[in-house]
Amino acid sequence: MRHTLDKLLGPVSVALVAITVWLGLFVTPPDAQQGDLVRLVYIHPALAWVALYVAFGMAAVCSLLYLWPRTRSMVFDRLAASAVEVGVVFTVLTLITGSIWGRPTWGVWWTWDARLTSTALLGVLFIGYLALRRVPAEPHIRARRCAVAALFAAVDVPIVHFSVVWWQTLHQGATVLNPNLTPTIHGLMAWTLLLSFVAFTLVFVWMVIARYRLETLREEGEDVELAEALVARRSEGVS
Amino acid sequence: MGYVDAGYVISLTTLAVYAASLVIRLRRERARTKGAGR
Amino acid sequence: MWRDAMLVAERDLRIEMRSKVALWQVVPFAILVLLLFAFALGPGPALLKESAPGLFWLALLFSSVLAAQRSLAIEGSDATRESTRLMGLDPAGIFLGKTLALTGELIALEIVLMAGVILLFHVVVGTWWLLVASLLVAALGLSAVSVLYGSLAGGARMRATLLPVLVLPILAPVLIAGARCFASAMANGPGLGGRWLSVLCVFAAVYLVLGIVLYGPMEES
Repeated sequence: MRHTLDKLLGPVSVALVAITVWLGLFVTPPDAQQGDLVRLVYIHPALAWVALYVAFGMAAVCSLLYLWPRTRSMVFDRLAASAVEVGVVFTVLTLITGSIWGRPTWGVWWTWDARLTSTALLGVLFIGYLALRRVPAEPHIRARRCAVAALFAAVDVPIVHFSVVWWQTLHQGATVLNPNLTPTIHGLMAWTLLLSFVAFTLVFVWMVIARYRLETLREEGEDVELAEALVARRSEGVS
Repeated sequence: MGYVDAGYVISLTTLAVYAASLVIRLRRERARTKGAGR
Repeated sequence: MWRDAMLVAERDLRIEMRSKVALWQVVPFAILVLLLFAFALGPGPALLKESAPGLFWLALLFSSVLAAQRSLAIEGSDATRESTRLMGLDPAGIFLGKTLALTGELIALEIVLMAGVILLFHVVVGTWWLLVASLLVAALGLSAVSVLYGSLAGGARMRATLLPVLVLPILAPVLIAGARCFASAMANGPGLGGRWLSVLCVFAAVYLVLGIVLYGPMEES
């Protein structure tokens, strides 16, 4: 059963994305105000959802589970790291699609609206985690460090969110450059939007599993190399 | 290419490239571990 | 815990008094940043005065990362930290002590920067209590985060370039809230300053608590 699910995940997620793209680009109607530009609503919000909530949430939860003694396991460390790495990809894409959507709408490539700004900051936090992960250290120490860093970042996010929202609302330009890109959604558009969320979430899951497996293999490989090196050294000593 | 097309293309291509890189790295790692005689 | 905290704080401050690194390196750096801002944005006084809140806090953030590096360098190698731990000091106390010492240094830095900004950028402060409160609370929050991340960033080799990348995004709310508080303090009435002050308080409280709880487990190798 698990093996079947495993084999299906890849093809199913690709299929769902394909259907989303087909619906989004060709079948759904253009918007009254935004015209064809509205079609980005089937990509950008889903990417943002995965990056900000799924990836980051998963990283935070796994980090907590790793730090909690009763549930401590390298599985959670590897899951958290995988979630962060895939999360970075989704975060960058969220920013790019947000920027592309903004350019024809507001005439600028970037605006300091609360969501984009928070997303950018989250991206930097993610990258910091990955940088920390690359510092050479014994796996358990590295796992603990990264889990704590993730926890610090998770705690910071709500504070950042409120700060950025209040910061934005001060600026008079907020009413002119109304960051509300979301048009009125109904009917087929709503279903396609929902589908896009499901499709990209599944893509995320597939990627995290693949990244997790890669990480597991790498760590086991290092263990094997270490063991072999020790064996070789010992046999030298004997002869 | 319009903005919408650019958005779709960039997103899908990036995801595809990243997915491919994962698959390739996995295959390479599996081949390596088999070679080490587990 | 408090007794150990005082011991550690005293030690850190005494080391600083003796070596005077903060005096000769961090403070000049801070002043230099102000000058560089003037070169970048000036010489028109209007823009500088308007940007002063943000520039002050930027200069403070960058300098505080420097000061934090220094504080961690005092802690020394892993061997030193191990022996400190073996002395039986309460790790929460160590964290608090280091944080308090760093807070003291940051407050001194803030005073110098404030003088610089008032003199160089023609800043006029209307609501002093708001400004002072924000400076004190922010210094606490900055220090707590710096000490925590210093413990996190591991060996000295990577720490110099890694610490800013880890710490500065976390400190973004302090920059926003601090700059807004300063701007409110410059204006006629406190306005929304109270709201920003509460952000600073929440920030400091959260990271102080996290530090007290997690510093011990983090230092265990």
